[in-house]
Amino acid sequence: MIELSEELLLRMYYKMNQARFFEEKLGELEEKGQVHGTVHLAMGQEAAGVMACLALEEGDLVSLSHRGHAQAIGFGLDVNLMMAECLGKETGYCKGKGGSMHIADVENGNLGANGVVGGGFGLSCGAALTQKYQKTGKVVLCFAGDGATDTGSFHESLNLASIWKLPVVFFIENNQYGMSNPVENHMNVENISDRSEAYNIPGLTIDGNDFLDVYNTVTKALRYARAGKGPVLIEAITYRFSGHSKSDKQLYREEQEVKEWRKKDPLLKMKEYLRENRIFTEKQIQKMENEAIISIEQAVEFAKKSPSPQLDTILADVYA
Amino acid sequence: MKTNDMTKMTYRDAIRLGITEEMRLDRDVIFLGEDIGVYGGAFGVSKGLLEEFGEERILDTPISEGAIVGTAVGAATTGLRPVCEIMFMDFITLGLDALVNQGAKMRYMFGGQSQVPMVLRLPAGSGAGGAAQHSQSLEAWLCHVPGLKVVTPSTPAQAKGLIKAAIRDNNPVCFIEHKMLYDSVGLVPLDEEYTLEIGKTIVERPGKDVTIVAYGTTLAKAIEAADFLEEEGIRVEILNPLTLYPMDMKPIIESVIKTGCLIVAHEATKTGGVGGEIVARVVESEAFDYLTAPIVRLGGLDVPIPFNQELESAAVPQRNDFVHSVYRLLNRE
Ligand SMILES: Cc1ncc(C[n+]2csc(CCOP(=O)(O)OP(=O)(O)O)c2C)c(N)n1
Ligand SMILES: [Mg+2]
Repeated sequence: MIELSEELLLRMYYKMNQARFFEEKLGELEEKGQVHGTVHLAMGQEAAGVMACLALEEGDLVSLSHRGHAQAIGFGLDVNLMMAECLGKETGYCKGKGGSMHIADVENGNLGANGVVGGGFGLSCGAALTQKYQKTGKVVLCFAGDGATDTGSFHESLNLASIWKLPVVFFIENNQYGMSNPVENHMNVENISDRSEAYNIPGLTIDGNDFLDVYNTVTKALRYARAGKGPVLIEAITYRFSGHSKSDKQLYREEQEVKEWRKKDPLLKMKEYLRENRIFTEKQIQKMENEAIISIEQAVEFAKKSPSPQLDTILADVYA
Repeated sequence: MKTNDMTKMTYRDAIRLGITEEMRLDRDVIFLGEDIGVYGGAFGVSKGLLEEFGEERILDTPISEGAIVGTAVGAATTGLRPVCEIMFMDFITLGLDALVNQGAKMRYMFGGQSQVPMVLRLPAGSGAGGAAQHSQSLEAWLCHVPGLKVVTPSTPAQAKGLIKAAIRDNNPVCFIEHKMLYDSVGLVPLDEEYTLEIGKTIVERPGKDVTIVAYGTTLAKAIEAADFLEEEGIRVEILNPLTLYPMDMKPIIESVIKTGCLIVAHEATKTGGVGGEIVARVVESEAFDYLTAPIVRLGGLDVPIPFNQELESAAVPQRNDFVHSVYRLLNRE
């Protein structure tokens, strides 16, 4: 068991809430037609995205999926700059050129969210190769969904990471569907972690809605990879509450199924844990939630007040 | 069903109608892609097809573009006529080996033994806020590969006629759809035998002063510009190269001989774009002697498509770019 300080628990709960409110707000803005393009919400998957990142050490790197807001918040990105990017503003992480699907903070080790399913696997191998080559002692955490493990890139990358013993942890958020395609239809293995066997690397399936399970497992996997033993594949079982994107009519799943999973809401589960273990008073819990809400409201205000990029920036940054 | 009837429908519905008719007529036609079953396709093109044709013919695939295209090539060479949906044209990158190194070359390198009757549906283009990885117009790449055919419809009627022709064609056909056209509406022939011949450029609008060659949403912008210019007495002739490769140059050359002025336009980035090829072929032809002004090439800026809406629309040619170009050609500015 890994010891969790009060300070860390506080940060965990705060970030989980920030992730939830961030997406609630973003969803609202999208409903009102104030967001250009598509956003992929990860509500219900916060324990996976946030906790996996909280297990990282300073200097470790991440590659995010297209459903990456919770992951980014866990990694410590500034919600103001994230929201500004989602609204295409000059102050956003990518100066308004990327949007929700491409939030990146490369200098600080967030190699970017990826619009191409499976696009992050190879990149993560490369980033891990750099760490190994330069002996930095840092590890790369690569996020992807269940559907992404059907891509050729997943299999090529796991094989390569295995034979080269690259310091990378592949963290798969199995939210039961690749868009409309249920896992049992799109792959023929019981667990995604079983796929690790083909590459002779450790593979683990965990409860992705349990913040402790995620935190502890990723912590151990990072330790393993950091010790030079090679990659680890983690499958976190979870569920997305909202549709794949705004236009998803969700014809492929029953409402009852969503309801059942809502009972396993990772935020509720964490709150129960905090209550049961009397770690914080009810008042402290409330306060953390409020602070998280306020931070998101401020982020929306910041984003809305921010200017759009100047037209002449259109030609900037094509080349280094 | 033979009929002269026409019905108003969207571009999306017209593609679906074309596929449906061909699937009814020919049991060898199968359809594969991501989320094309219950979901009905990311853009709603395959809605209802699963109900009519069942899981045997409407094949929901994993997220495996390489396998989708590879499977289509293999099925096509052995007797089926697969239609594939690549959810966004951008992801054709992942299927390019199967398409370019296998499907496109097989017939030729096997001395004419095989045929590869398959269709790749490729939703392309910007305007929907998809940013750099969901907005590209990559047709020029495909037009660089002998053995492939590349077609792109700009209206619902063209969509139906071309998808049917593409399915009946015995070669790999890349069928490029512009995603901002899905909701556009037009009259569509209901005749089951209505097809549009692949390899034909058509005159969309006759004129005499300036020739514009355009396709996709860029064509609609050219037409808007032509409407505006007509009020000033300028008559623009607009040509639509429904087949981008191999392209039918004759109508373009004839038009340039008539007008002496040429504008080529597309949303794809200008450098290395299809427009450059059209221009080269015009200057190689007898039309060269008739040119009265330098040719204008309108194309996307040489940048990835930016997310921000204003930048996004600034990245590709707009109606006013046509108006100004025409003025310039006619020395009216
Ligand atoms: C290569 C590629 N193919 C298709 C898509 C379209 N697409 C975007 S997300 C998605 C589903 C991804 O499923 P999964 O990996 O399980 O992640 P989730 O959306 O469930 O988080 C699809 C098919 C894409 N972005 N990239
Ligand atoms: Mg999934």
